[in-house]
Amino acid sequence: MSFLQAELPELMLMIGAIILMMVAAIAGRRSTAAVSWISVLLLIVATGLLFGPPSHAGPVFGGLITDDLFAAFGKAIIFPAAAVAIIAAHGWFERGTEHAAEYPVLILFSAVGMGVMVSATNLMTLYVGLELLSLASYVLASYRRMDDRSAEAGLKYFVLGALASGILLYGISLLYGFTGTMTYPGLAAAFTRDGAHSLGLLFGLVFLLSGIAFKVSAVPFHMWTPDVYEGAPTPVTLFFSTAPKAAAILLGVRVCVGGLGPATEAWRQIIIFAALASIFLGAVAAWGQTNIKRLLAYSSINNVGFALVGLAAGGAAGASSVLFYVAVYVVMTLGAFLCVLWMRDENGEPVETLASLSGLSQTRPAFAAALAIFMFSLAGIPPMFGFWPKLVVFNAAIHAHLVPLAVAGILGTVIGAYYYLKVVKIMYLDEPAAPYARPRQPVQGLLIFATALFVSPIGYLLIQPISNFADRAAGSLF
Amino acid sequence: MSGFPVLTLMIAIPLLAGLICLFVNASAARWTALIATFLDLALGIYLWAAFVPGGPQWQFVEHIALAGNFSWALGIDGIALTLTMLTVFLMPICIGASWRSIVKRVPEYMAAFMLMEALMVGVFAAQDLFLFYVFFEGGLIPMYLIIGVWGGVDRVKASYKFFLYTLLGSVLMLIAMIYMVATSGTTSIPALMQYNFPPAVQQWLWLAFLASFAVKLPMWPVHTWLPDAHVQAPTAGSVILAGVLLKMGGYGFVRFSLPMFPDASAQFMPLMFVLSGIAVVYTSLVALVQRDMKKLIAYSSVAHMAFVTFGLFAFNRQGIEGALIVMLSHGLVSGALFLVVGVIYDRLHTREIAVYGGLANNMPGYALLFMLFTMASVGLPGTSGFVGEFLSLIGTYQMSTWGAIAATTGIILGAAYMLWLYWRICFGAARTPEAATMVDLSAREWWLLAPIAVGVMWMGIYPESFLRPMRADVGRIVERVEHSRPASDSKLSGGAVQTHQLAGVAR
Repeated sequence: MSFLQAELPELMLMIGAIILMMVAAIAGRRSTAAVSWISVLLLIVATGLLFGPPSHAGPVFGGLITDDLFAAFGKAIIFPAAAVAIIAAHGWFERGTEHAAEYPVLILFSAVGMGVMVSATNLMTLYVGLELLSLASYVLASYRRMDDRSAEAGLKYFVLGALASGILLYGISLLYGFTGTMTYPGLAAAFTRDGAHSLGLLFGLVFLLSGIAFKVSAVPFHMWTPDVYEGAPTPVTLFFSTAPKAAAILLGVRVCVGGLGPATEAWRQIIIFAALASIFLGAVAAWGQTNIKRLLAYSSINNVGFALVGLAAGGAAGASSVLFYVAVYVVMTLGAFLCVLWMRDENGEPVETLASLSGLSQTRPAFAAALAIFMFSLAGIPPMFGFWPKLVVFNAAIHAHLVPLAVAGILGTVIGAYYYLKVVKIMYLDEPAAPYARPRQPVQGLLIFATALFVSPIGYLLIQPISNFADRAAGSLF
Repeated sequence: MSGFPVLTLMIAIPLLAGLICLFVNASAARWTALIATFLDLALGIYLWAAFVPGGPQWQFVEHIALAGNFSWALGIDGIALTLTMLTVFLMPICIGASWRSIVKRVPEYMAAFMLMEALMVGVFAAQDLFLFYVFFEGGLIPMYLIIGVWGGVDRVKASYKFFLYTLLGSVLMLIAMIYMVATSGTTSIPALMQYNFPPAVQQWLWLAFLASFAVKLPMWPVHTWLPDAHVQAPTAGSVILAGVLLKMGGYGFVRFSLPMFPDASAQFMPLMFVLSGIAVVYTSLVALVQRDMKKLIAYSSVAHMAFVTFGLFAFNRQGIEGALIVMLSHGLVSGALFLVVGVIYDRLHTREIAVYGGLANNMPGYALLFMLFTMASVGLPGTSGFVGEFLSLIGTYQMSTWGAIAATTGIILGAAYMLWLYWRICFGAARTPEAATMVDLSAREWWLLAPIAVGVMWMGIYPESFLRPMRADVGRIVERVEHSRPASDSKLSGGAVQTHQLAGVAR
């Protein structure tokens, strides 16, 4: 029964999701609130189970999946983020014609997929988890199906996502063909034996990494991100930019550091390129944006670049730095998007232009202060907590003797600081525009407050627990 | 030393006051800020009184481990003490200067200043490398808002320029810091001041720190953000910028570049002298042709800061002590000059020199104080400017005669632009009827300027009060850089007797 215990959170979420789907199908829109809150509760319980007694099951199902601390760290980020995505949608879809009760169910399914992604120790399980997430995501992106932008976002995401899945599968098949195994330890052994000299292995590795790069929206596989982020309903964008991104990055860490660890020299140059390209493109392309969701899309590309800097460092230290980065990144981004959700004009219709933020500090000082904290934090300006994860990844890079990478990356932060500063400038320096409607969602307000507190200098008190957890999680990869 | 966490309290009081400011109305915010700055001043005076010159190098030490190497480590030596004093002394004056002239969004303004004070005290008190960086960089956010929200017409551009310029310099320093911690395994600044990095490594680290401090100080040719920032900032913002923020650059050289990388400092000494020489002559010439008062003083700041870099990289006691006194003196004098400009700006709302004239007739009190600060800026004996510049020049001369010639030229040019400025504003006939009818200093303005005037005279007549606490620390730095001191081109220095006599001047 140990295998059941190991995958208890996912099993619970899966069964819950299926039941809730039935409920939603039968009861219709009336059940929205109930389904949402039960889903949130399920996710909270699933998170709580992670901190329960460890199962010590190790790899189960014949090495397909494991429940080590690394997986626990990933799920401890993913499940709460998914719960926030459900809470964030409260009062969003009810206005339209959509069947709002299915939204939390889809989030639950993708949460299961992400749970599988971060705990997979076999390329096949990896793919299954990824597809479970992706299929739910395609539907989520086009959730407002009567809205042209949402439908376009869903279609784009689907077509490009399918292409990326194909690339990923092709890479997996090449690796399988050349090594005869799909488990990560088996791959590691094969790479140790043959080195990274086999052309077939290298091809497989490149295709595999390309597929993952698409999922984390690293340059040059980032094209879909701004369009999908802009078109998708805002709660869905909030979800996309946090949990799935964290899951994909962690999956990348497990594959690269765990499975392909012996081939570090082979994949490092790819990761370095993707990291620098993401940092710079994410920074430069965001300059001219006038839509806050597009701006945050580029911001997420930029931030993925920094996480990849930590990955490029490789080894346990590099993996730990990525975990730390992702944990803080997810909280910052959740907060920023929760603020975006609150941008409603007088009629309660959502607005997304940067110009509508003008003079927010005078009409809504607390709201503006929270968004400013998130912007400075995303830019990595001390004393905000967002500075520390950047320090951690650059620290890992320098310990791995990647000083030029660190220098180039940190210069990227200066370029990126410009557009984060632009948002602050619009809120604080410009004259007030038409004020927003007063939101009536105390839970979301509380979440904004909590996340803002987390990324404020108070967050420094959490360095020790987070980095301890991240170190132990990264250590469990070896 | 004492178990009482004075330094933490000095950081916490303004932070708390800033938080309170955000939730109260304008008048209450002003009073909260004023009370908080006075409390900090009182604690600063306590620090000065309780500090034992020649005692342990680091006093009022506090240490709370936070994570890994990173810790809440505070403590001050004599150099940090004097700069902390400067900060807490100028802050109440800044609040007072903003009392009437800031009318919009007062609570937020006061909160930004309170945050600024906490961060500035933190910079000088931090004993942990990353803690220092957090305080050092954190100052960007409130200063950006102060310039951007309450600044002049062109404030947006100036605030961007200030932020991005300074950030660009600082991030390179961050990489160097991470490297230093990776190599030495400690984040403690006192420990790193004793750590010997290999000379080849020192070069790169030194250059990375230069990128940050040169922008902050600022040195030619990366000074261009300063005139913009000064011109656009509100008066109190300019005072803090010139009075304290620029000193962080000089403090950085003293705390990091010299003791941590002595070999690289020696190697790059000629570079520093050349840059300082260009700065002092070039920016003085630029200051001569300015039509905007604030811009003129801003350029004069760059010129004065060149004396700091001259003195620091002279590798001798006189030079370093001189540089530190120049920093203190400039903090007072340039702060006062910006206030002086602010006084007439509040009346006519223009900074054009050409508008004013003959103010000595209708504003005698103003003209008197302006005269005092002008003389201090020029370096007249009896004022603080003289002590610093003279010591700095002695030190420079021992190291490089050419450097001393450039620096002296700067003094002459400094006298030219300052006296000409004073002449155009205070003497002659009033050029506009508005200028002729301006009223003299109000009681509030007297209270702002008089304490600075006392400070300037005190430092000029009895500099020992300020030199004594830092003498031991300067000695330690000189000792540390002694073995790598570059050869001097001066024919007159080197004799033991000579050095002794010159040291006597410093005492």
